[in-house]
Amino acid sequence: MNTELASPRGAPPGHALGEIIFRYACAGAATFLLAALAGVVVSLFIGGLPAFREFGFGFLTSTTWNPVNEVYGAAGPIVGTLITSFLSLLVALPLALGVSVFLVEFCPAKLSRPIAIAVELLAGIPSIVYGMWGLFVLAPWFAAHVQMPIAMDFAPDSLIGKIFSGTPNGANIFTASLILAIMILPYMAAVFRELFLTVPAQVREAAYGLGCTPFEVIKAVVIPYVRRGMIGVIMLGLGRALGETMAVTFIIGNSHGFPHSLFDSGSTIASTVANEFAEATSDMHTSALIALGFLLFVITFIVLAVARLLLREAKV
Amino acid sequence: MTRAQRRRAFNGVFVVLCSIATLIALSALVMILWTLLSKGLGGLDFMIFTHDQPAPGSPGGLRNAIVGSLIMCAVGMAIALVIGILAGTWLAEYGAGTKYGHVVRFFNDVLISAPSILIGLFVYELLVAPFHGFSGYAGGVALAFLATPIVVRTTEDILTLQPGALREAGMALGASRSFVIRKIIWKSARTGLLTAGLLGFARISGETAPLLFTSLGNQFYNHNLSQPMASLPTTIFQFALSAYDDWQRLAWVGALLIAAAVLFINIVGRVLAREKKHA
Repeated sequence: MNTELASPRGAPPGHALGEIIFRYACAGAATFLLAALAGVVVSLFIGGLPAFREFGFGFLTSTTWNPVNEVYGAAGPIVGTLITSFLSLLVALPLALGVSVFLVEFCPAKLSRPIAIAVELLAGIPSIVYGMWGLFVLAPWFAAHVQMPIAMDFAPDSLIGKIFSGTPNGANIFTASLILAIMILPYMAAVFRELFLTVPAQVREAAYGLGCTPFEVIKAVVIPYVRRGMIGVIMLGLGRALGETMAVTFIIGNSHGFPHSLFDSGSTIASTVANEFAEATSDMHTSALIALGFLLFVITFIVLAVARLLLREAKV
Repeated sequence: MTRAQRRRAFNGVFVVLCSIATLIALSALVMILWTLLSKGLGGLDFMIFTHDQPAPGSPGGLRNAIVGSLIMCAVGMAIALVIGILAGTWLAEYGAGTKYGHVVRFFNDVLISAPSILIGLFVYELLVAPFHGFSGYAGGVALAFLATPIVVRTTEDILTLQPGALREAGMALGASRSFVIRKIIWKSARTGLLTAGLLGFARISGETAPLLFTSLGNQFYNHNLSQPMASLPTTIFQFALSAYDDWQRLAWVGALLIAAAVLFINIVGRVLAREKKHA
């Protein structure tokens, strides 16, 4: 290429330098993002290393979490995290699908936009507000209208009595899952909606033209068209639920053992860290909590990475 | 029942189920807003903004927490806007289509959804443990890490939407690439960039988890960033879980303030984004 064209004669001196500086500032900022992510991994790993060294594989399998005797096993919080996340997904997924299908297919055009905005606003409410609502509204209601009747009507040693045993205060794994479900529902519904809108109108109209009912259009045309993306959205919702902290901390009851029933109090990785980190009693306690954080990071990173890979094609 | 009737019945049930799902989602929003208003509005008076948090049993407000939140959010946003807009610009203008661009975009998307409490742990390791103290700086930096990916993503989206003809027109007049970006593209994407900032701000203003062990909280008024600093979310957390009725009442007022602020910022961002589309 002719250099005369690449840098015009009229360019002021230092021009090319400014060009390079700006370009590298931008590239540097982009690189900073990667460095931040790498920094999170490395710092959590280094911080958790003493605990991993001390307890080895038993850190993952032991249920003893005892800051007094300096024995830490993370099985309780790990299982609590997985149970609450999957339960909340179980509740939120059908609801989110219903909301998004309603908005895309059935809702009158005039209502569609306000409802979509309302759903997205629901997704924007800070998690601490959900937590307070869960603790002060949902939990007392749940204790009085669900837990007490079950405790009255079924013997403690019957199967139902065992599944649903627990202190009747409404702060347990199940209510925590419900709150999580309410939190991830609007988020998933909003992304599902965007995903469904990527289906070309011709494809849907062709199906309608063949005489399909809306249900059949969704089932046979829309869902197959965005199947990979849908799995991605589900993984995104799961990623949210796994890492959600404040709402769960309020309502899960915060006990460290292995949960024995659906209505038993428990803890998640995030709630344990939130509760204990600032008041950690020893270096090993701190290290065990950071090790928990490292585990949470690995789990959510895998889930989110898969989600993004699946969603990349859909460009949502 | 004929086949056609059965299909129609199936469809009818499906429509009803979808409508019920929407009703459930909307009633959740209504119930939460109702609780916030009924429990928070009663305690909302002038004292909330003029007095610091009280000891249990005495009157007081939330001034120290509100000021702390504003300061740390401002620090967070200042960092996030600079890095976020530069990185977003790189993704849209220089890195689009390159392999490195794909990598950065991918990990940025992962960062957007990363659990905020882990960012808190990271900043603790980075800024709190080495300097032996919780501080407002650490809180602001933690918030910056949360807002940056959102600003990056929105900036990139907005800049990609700017017509290529703008760039070509600038180049044709002999302007350099960075000049075109700074004086033409950024200018035409002004409202979009503002939206990017607002979305990031809305995200961090209610964040509690990353502040718990970075800024810690402070029961006194303090605008010195090198000291532990109160914030609205951490104060709400502390008050809501306390055993004192008046602290719990203050927690509801705080929750109402935060929710109202976040909803307001979100709506403003949305209106701006919409105007842009119409223009």
